[in-house]
Amino acid sequence: MADPMRIRAQAAGDKATIRVLMSHEMESGQRKDAAGKTVPAWFIQEVTATHNGKPVLSAEWGPAVSKNPFLQFAVKGAKAGDKITVTWKDNKGDTRTDEATVS
Amino acid sequence: MQTRRETIQQSMVVAGLLATAGFPQFAHAAFNKVGFDAKSVQDAVKAYGGGSISESKDVTITGPDIAENGAVVPLGASTGLTGVKQMLVLVEKNPSALVAMFHVSDAVDANFLTRAKMGQSSDVYAVAIMADGKALFAKKEVKVTLGGCGG
Repeated sequence: MADPMRIRAQAAGDKATIRVLMSHEMESGQRKDAAGKTVPAWFIQEVTATHNGKPVLSAEWGPAVSKNPFLQFAVKGAKAGDKITVTWKDNKGDTRTDEATVS
Repeated sequence: MQTRRETIQQSMVVAGLLATAGFPQFAHAAFNKVGFDAKSVQDAVKAYGGGSISESKDVTITGPDIAENGAVVPLGASTGLTGVKQMLVLVEKNPSALVAMFHVSDAVDANFLTRAKMGQSSDVYAVAIMADGKALFAKKEVKVTLGGCGG
């Protein structure tokens, strides 16, 4: 949550492939700690992305997405120099936005 | 001194502004608890307005045949079809089947890759929910070996 997302945005032809690596525990709520208590679920619920300010992606995730989630998608019409932002929001209400430029 | 009529009129204008200003781009993007609590693939699809799922060659699910580490299994869902509203990634034998749901807008390809946790060897599904509610899927078996060598 404190660590920034790593976003790679690469233009190829008429679209750009965006790869994002987010930093988040993604606790499923199924694990038990050493004392035997169930570790409460803590996971990213919503992910949105914009391209030059226009929303292009929105996704809902459950606790089954792996820790430090990886996401890859392709934005049509994106070219070098365009701005991509990715935002996530987790089930505790925390949120984070990071930005990258398409190369 | 403001009359009561003026006060009410002003309040209504403000209320109208708030109603339109607060409207989010993806109104239906609020976390769908029903979908993520669903135990079966079909129930999760229904929660997003999809009908009965039917297998389709036009939808693709990508993933390893054998996943060495069930905590991090790369899964991809894609389709070349147009008119897709949502793409879902599901792991049938997980405590709750739905892993992720992606809204497909005109600006993105219906092609998403992420990594998911799998509790055990299971079929994984990619479901494309079309604008008319039709739900098309592709599935693939992914074996999970939590530790040790494959096979």
